[in-house]
Amino acid sequence: MEQADVIIVGGGMVGGALAAALAKGGLSVAVIDRERPADQTLPQYDGRASAIAHGSKQALAGVGLWDGPDGLAPHASPIWDIRVADGHILDGVSPLFLHYDHREIGADPFGYIVENRRTRITLGAAMARDDRIALYAPYAATDLKTEAGYTELTAAHTESGEALTLRAPLCLAADGKFSTLRDWAGIKLTGWAYDQTSLVCTVRHEEPHHGVAVELFLRGGPFAMLPMTENRSNVVWSERSDLARGYADLADGAFLAELQTRFGDWLGEIELVGPRFSYPLSLQHAETYIGDRLALVGDAGHAIHPIAGQGLNMGLRDVAALAEVLVDAKRLGLDIGAPTVLRHYEQWRRFDNILLAGVTDGLTRLFSNDIPPLRLARDLGLAAVDRMPPVKKLLMRHAMGVVGDLPRLIRGEAL
Amino acid sequence: MTASPKRRSYMDKETLRPDPSPETGPEGVNTVDAAEIEKFAAIADEWWDPNGKFKPLHKFNPVRIGFIRDRLCQHFDRDPMQPNPLAGLKILDIGCGGGLLCEPLRRLGAEVTGIDATERSVKAAAAHAEQMGLTIDYRFTTVEALAAEGDRFDAVLNMEVVEHVADPEAFLALSGGLVKPGGLFFLATLNRTPKAFALAIVGAEYVLGWLPRGTHDWRKFVKPSEAAASLRRADLAPLELTGVAYNPLKDQWRLAPRDLGVNYMGVFAAA
Repeated sequence: MEQADVIIVGGGMVGGALAAALAKGGLSVAVIDRERPADQTLPQYDGRASAIAHGSKQALAGVGLWDGPDGLAPHASPIWDIRVADGHILDGVSPLFLHYDHREIGADPFGYIVENRRTRITLGAAMARDDRIALYAPYAATDLKTEAGYTELTAAHTESGEALTLRAPLCLAADGKFSTLRDWAGIKLTGWAYDQTSLVCTVRHEEPHHGVAVELFLRGGPFAMLPMTENRSNVVWSERSDLARGYADLADGAFLAELQTRFGDWLGEIELVGPRFSYPLSLQHAETYIGDRLALVGDAGHAIHPIAGQGLNMGLRDVAALAEVLVDAKRLGLDIGAPTVLRHYEQWRRFDNILLAGVTDGLTRLFSNDIPPLRLARDLGLAAVDRMPPVKKLLMRHAMGVVGDLPRLIRGEAL
Repeated sequence: MTASPKRRSYMDKETLRPDPSPETGPEGVNTVDAAEIEKFAAIADEWWDPNGKFKPLHKFNPVRIGFIRDRLCQHFDRDPMQPNPLAGLKILDIGCGGGLLCEPLRRLGAEVTGIDATERSVKAAAAHAEQMGLTIDYRFTTVEALAAEGDRFDAVLNMEVVEHVADPEAFLALSGGLVKPGGLFFLATLNRTPKAFALAIVGAEYVLGWLPRGTHDWRKFVKPSEAAASLRRADLAPLELTGVAYNPLKDQWRLAPRDLGVNYMGVFAAA
């Protein structure tokens, strides 16, 4: 039997960042993951790129994942401008649009676009390097039982079947949208499917993107172009699921042609780089983030529409808040799995997450249609926001993830 | 050290309402027999239920532990951010109850002794520590018995206890005598001011219902000057006094260095 201060189930982007943060704060961490670390960083494993807001970047830097030889900085493409417009390039984009320019609020970019694969490589290296972190992979959890003073997780090697027992005062579920631990704990979900699927791919283009992120609200769903390094952009094309299936089945050439009609020609010729992916979209929120010596983090607690590029940022804010709560409790000698400690985490994060889930849901419903009066209203709304500097500044600061009662890591302070 | 002329208990039985079951007398209860663990684990659950009758103490706990940890680290030259900052320090918690202070201090590395004049509390504390896998020396004994044994400690904690005893002056002096030369004495209690009457009695017991009515008797509250005078008899000199105030917006307690009007804490150094 292995012992640690904390067990983390799931060593992905949220679980890995959490492990690094807790280890930085002096806790010993045991991480189990179903996949081999090498498989998680293959190009075909995860083709998405994530927006990392300014606050999230500060948190990653604070736990040593941003700078340095294995850090994310060289792979992060800054977002200097965000342009939001309503309508199809060819049908005519509405002249009323919203333009966020970072210079209106300061010298920092809004955030960065980083390929998930890169984040996984950095986290894998960090977990391997840190002697406070023990990574067990590929192991699948088989049971979790809680006693008076601790919780005990059993797991089995996915190939050899070899059993593993881990014991700690607290277990953290970072096992994603389809969390097994959440189900075992009997925590229910609320939410709905969007009948939208995101088609995700990476393209290389002739012309530079100048760090501009573009989001077009098309009738099937938002179409986003996210600036990446090496003159590439990550495309997140959300479309009605029945149509998306058709587009997903197209050969690369035909797909690229469809893409170009939406992309327009402002980046010149485009070519596909790497495989194409599709992800069905849904909104889900766990009725609680905490259980008996258990807490849910990231997608295990909440999954949202990618319309605002906030999924990973929500997860990283969970990480920063939870790490702060646990490290503070540990430094006071408190039982880190006690309800008082866990409740602090839940109260801190729940409101922010519900707010963001609500906003992204509202935006998705507002923009994913072509009803003329609604279209006019939302265009006027965008244009109005564009002409109201205080409102616009607040929204921009939200996009940067620097609003609210922020954890120390998000504020750029030491844990 | 100044001992009381007569060897009597300073505990006020009426206020403390000790367990009505016959007690065998104040002796060590650091070994708990297996059959009793279950019974006392239930009592421990009461102590450790953050929403139960000790809820105010749970809310108060982080600020007082932080204060104790930081002042000990400063005094004994430790880094509070490192694991086990209190390693090797012998700490006595007087009136330990269910062990709400003893357990965190043990996790911070200290060798902790907890004493209480209520047997069921001591047994509950021992049962809980066992569940948590913590080694803590809990004893059903009194300050005077312990003083007679000759044990001395790097730090003695007298937290939220003195306002419950019959003779606070003698109790403080006797407790203070348990500190090793060069060690620290910590005190937390309520000031005898009109504001304390309004907040701690009328507010906490009657309006908010945080504490059962009759938990505190305002006349027994101790002024900082009185506490300091009693502790001077044990050769303890005040290093710092700070108020502790409640922030209703954050539902948290915090140190309020200039407001000693209600709850306050103090550190005293043994020569």
